[in-house]
Amino acid sequence: MIEVRDLQKSFGSHQVLDSITFRIEKGESLVIIGRSGGGKSVLLKHLVGLLKPDAGQVLIEGEDIVPMDERQLLRVRRKFGMLFQGAALFDSLTVAENVAFAFRGDRSMPEREVERKVAEVLEMVDLPGTQDKTPAELSGGMRKRVGLARAIIYQPEIVLYDEPTTGLDPIVSDSIDKLILRVRDCLDVTSVVVTHDMRSARRLGHRILMLHERRLYATGTPEEIFRTEDPVVRQFIEGVADVKEAPC
Amino acid sequence: MVSIATKWIGEWLEGLGRITLLAREAFASILAVKMSWRELLYQAYFAGVKSQSVVLITGAFTGMVLAAQTYFQFHKVKMDSATLAVVSVSMCSELGPVLTGLMVAGRVGAAIAAELGTMRVTEQIDALRTLATHPVDYLVAPRVLALHLVLPLLTAAAITLGIAAGYMVGVYLLGINGAYLWFNMIKYTGTSDVAIGLIKAFIFGGIVALVGCYKGLYCDEGAQGVGRATTEAVVYSSITILISNFFLTLILARIFNGV
Repeated sequence: MIEVRDLQKSFGSHQVLDSITFRIEKGESLVIIGRSGGGKSVLLKHLVGLLKPDAGQVLIEGEDIVPMDERQLLRVRRKFGMLFQGAALFDSLTVAENVAFAFRGDRSMPEREVERKVAEVLEMVDLPGTQDKTPAELSGGMRKRVGLARAIIYQPEIVLYDEPTTGLDPIVSDSIDKLILRVRDCLDVTSVVVTHDMRSARRLGHRILMLHERRLYATGTPEEIFRTEDPVVRQFIEGVADVKEAPC
Repeated sequence: MVSIATKWIGEWLEGLGRITLLAREAFASILAVKMSWRELLYQAYFAGVKSQSVVLITGAFTGMVLAAQTYFQFHKVKMDSATLAVVSVSMCSELGPVLTGLMVAGRVGAAIAAELGTMRVTEQIDALRTLATHPVDYLVAPRVLALHLVLPLLTAAAITLGIAAGYMVGVYLLGINGAYLWFNMIKYTGTSDVAIGLIKAFIFGGIVALVGCYKGLYCDEGAQGVGRATTEAVVYSSITILISNFFLTLILARIFNGV
């Protein structure tokens, strides 16, 4: 469904991704882990054409999206839904307008049908009756839920999650994880989750892919990754820092 | 020193290329009617109705001070009754469109850059793109068209109020005969003066919207980036208005008056 071939990306003289190659099958749930600033979100944005690589290919159902211009990409992006790290809700719109944004200008869908779909998807993310609230009135967890509702209302084939639990308390993080699983199982979507929350990685992924020093370092099922003896992977899973002890 | 100059020229040319491509994309979107009508109406309301007070105050006081200054000079050569004609021609062809353009650049251009800049740094522009919406269709085209439409209307209001205020100053403060003032104003103000002013305002509207959108869409990360984009939007659109006004004056004078 998604194939990345020999992807390279630099910002100025700083290389972020080098020779990244992997495949994601239809219905699969892939979790991308790695240290902060390691290029996980950059890689995710390449999958939906928000960033252009310096070299390499990104194939969506066999079609290379790298040479496409912004208007050509709009067609491909209808297959995607994306939940952003900060939810990226439109400040000037209400929750209902945010969630229904994908249907804006679609005259084939009656207003009542759009309202029904909005109510249904808000119910799915456990936020019924919040249609008239503005993003400023919502907590961090609620914003993420609305962002997720907005990403799935038009039933995309692929949903991308950029650090869905970052900045949330463990209980809210757990509820977001369960929502992601619900979306994956109920809507039968292909999921790509970028996270450095190892509990989420273990629960959400059929397969885990680890980025380290610009390259794809390790890949495997959650069990394989969590059992590995590789020191770099173990250090990341256990969250051990390299900071040397220094006298005060 | 040479490398700094080369880098600066390179960045300047890159910026010029980007804003030209943005303008092309925006006009293609307007012509293809891809924009959101609701957004166009809101932008016309925000840029037009909400800017009225500031533009009218500017127009009125400019007309008043212009009438007073013209009278002080013309009185020396006994040409008092030509005062309003000078006010009228100046307001129609130069001061009306330029001052309205500058005031709207300060109020609306800054707001556009700040709003789009904030949307960019909070990933709202990326969210638009993932929702299969072209940012130019949703954000740029309605703002460009709205400002193209409302700036001539605001300019017309500023010109009218400026002339009326100049008339009031001439008649009630400086004691000039109102009939002579009115007669000379009609005699020396041509349709071409009004047309030149409105055409300039139409072009300045596009400049304010495009520079504001460009600065917002390409702003740097963080609060500092948004702040810089806002300042630059006002400075660059004001400078562009002043420079283009000179060339427009020459071109439009040739077209309308054959000068």
